[in-house]
Amino acid sequence: MASKRKRAMIEARGLRMAFAGLTAVDGIDLEVAAGEIFGLVGPDGAGKTTMMRMLCGALTPTGGTARVAGFGVLTQAEEVKRRIGYVPQRLSLYSELTVDENVGFVARVHGVKGRLLEDRRERLLSFSRLGRFRKRLARDLSGGMRQKLALVCALVHEPQVLLLDEPTTGVDPVSRGEFWEILMDLVGRDITILLTTAYLEEAERCARVGLLHRGRLLAEGRPEEIRRELGLELLEVTCEPLAKGREAAAETPGVRWVEAFGDRLHAATRSASEVERPLRAALEAAGVRVTSLRRIQTGLEDAFFELVRRGREEPA
Amino acid sequence: MSESAVEVSGLTKRFGDFAAVEGVSFAVERGEVFGLLGPNGAGKSTTIRMLCGILAPTSGEGRVGGHDVGREPEAVRERIGYMSQRFSLYLDLTTEENLEFYGGIYGVARERLSERIGWALEMAGLEEQRHRLTGELPTGWRQRLALGCALLHEPEVVFLDEPTAGVDPISRRRFWEVIYGLAEAGVACLVTTHYMDEAERCDRVALMYGGRVIALDSPEGLKRQSVAAGLLEVACEEPGRAVALLQKTAGVKRARLYGAGVHVVVSEPATGARLVREALEAAGLRPSRVEAAEASLEDVFVALIQEAEAGGAR
Repeated sequence: MASKRKRAMIEARGLRMAFAGLTAVDGIDLEVAAGEIFGLVGPDGAGKTTMMRMLCGALTPTGGTARVAGFGVLTQAEEVKRRIGYVPQRLSLYSELTVDENVGFVARVHGVKGRLLEDRRERLLSFSRLGRFRKRLARDLSGGMRQKLALVCALVHEPQVLLLDEPTTGVDPVSRGEFWEILMDLVGRDITILLTTAYLEEAERCARVGLLHRGRLLAEGRPEEIRRELGLELLEVTCEPLAKGREAAAETPGVRWVEAFGDRLHAATRSASEVERPLRAALEAAGVRVTSLRRIQTGLEDAFFELVRRGREEPA
Repeated sequence: MSESAVEVSGLTKRFGDFAAVEGVSFAVERGEVFGLLGPNGAGKSTTIRMLCGILAPTSGEGRVGGHDVGREPEAVRERIGYMSQRFSLYLDLTTEENLEFYGGIYGVARERLSERIGWALEMAGLEEQRHRLTGELPTGWRQRLALGCALLHEPEVVFLDEPTAGVDPISRRRFWEVIYGLAEAGVACLVTTHYMDEAERCDRVALMYGGRVIALDSPEGLKRQSVAAGLLEVACEEPGRAVALLQKTAGVKRARLYGAGVHVVVSEPATGARLVREALEAAGLRPSRVEAAEASLEDVFVALIQEAEAGGAR
């Protein structure tokens, strides 16, 4: 991906947003290339939504500049609007309109009508597998279907850039998977996507990610770059009882931190090979039954914990 | 008293000719963390609302804390705590004022209230935020405050309906520590979630689809009885294209995005890996890894739902 350097479709320089008494976004530089999918990840209140709203022109930054699709967000707002599709976190659908009517309404706002509207609607609804539900009221759709409809509405004027604010929050795993297949397809058609998500396993699919915390980017790059640069080696422990295992692991020298991931523990170390044996011994000494102890790849969620910890700020 | 904290048998709710919940049965023990999973619209929230005594069942029975949800909704409500992602806190009140307000609503005795508020603040890790306006708190903290409010009257059973939707990983973890603390104290916790890592942390989970429970077991048990054979983990270029390709490849039962890679279920485990590798190579998607994988709860969930869909359950 890095080899073919493409032009930037989203460019932010020192972007800032200060509300009375609170700096929501504190000088962010960001670049997303054409046809790239970029994920912004971070805790609540990190500034993700504020970033999105500045980039789509809904919010005027208090500092810095941003260009989207080659136009200044502040100076050429109309040009930008024509080229972007924005799906806010709170859904923007009309619950009393049908699927068809929602798409038609948004299309007409963008001046898409007549034959062109019919063709695009047909194509987008079949592409998103909503074709069967054209006459259904938006309020009667499931959460996953509503998200797909919002995406279709954002695509009806054929934007070059998509801004999606937590598009899969509260959506079940099956629908989330389908939604991502659609996003991957769009990226294959050279559409640029910037999205925010609280699901770190989804962020792993992005070409690049930015970890946002308190209005600043803690790290930015390809997921594997971020992992590599941390210099962290993870040990996964399956043991019984989990809580006791966690305590014992946390006190083992060489273990930086321990977190429960589902029914397992992740122990972060600088060198997995050096810590593996003392860790097993410590667990056994504490009367914990270890079913498996192995080195695993550092996930983005692990990276996120590590970076926030390094920031040594109070955890959210 | 040997009765379970929650006992549900044949619980059904119809709206007109639409059965939102149909013949659901399960029990939740004291001190158990029980997960209710399923796609949106599967009937999870309707089930919870019946068990909270908010919605009367059409038929079947639900008993919570020993009381019948249809006939004694008041007694049920006194014994439960309920919190959803759409909790209603007063944003222009302080943390402490919200707790005082909800303590009043739940009828916590005056002399007991300050002790309970102290407990709730400590449990939620919000002692230092006691005098802060709720509107200024990050979502994850507000969620813990909402939970504190729902627990002031010391309920025997708590219902948590997507309590962590949209919450970051660190806050989600804090929240689960609180849930475990409650379970240890003997409270029965019934939780809905779309995060499969959270589902893995439940003692048992019930998977709902089309208003019915289609699977119920411990996460380990579910993983054992399902999809174990033929699951492959694939790392390759352009996973989106790989999924589309593999879904059309003969010998592949299922393919979907999983993390940064692809999970594929093949019909013939012995030859499946080679088949997948060849298909990807032919398409220029350069597979760097095709290996047998252990099913996660997410794999199980997707497999069960897709089987139910294919069976035309709804």
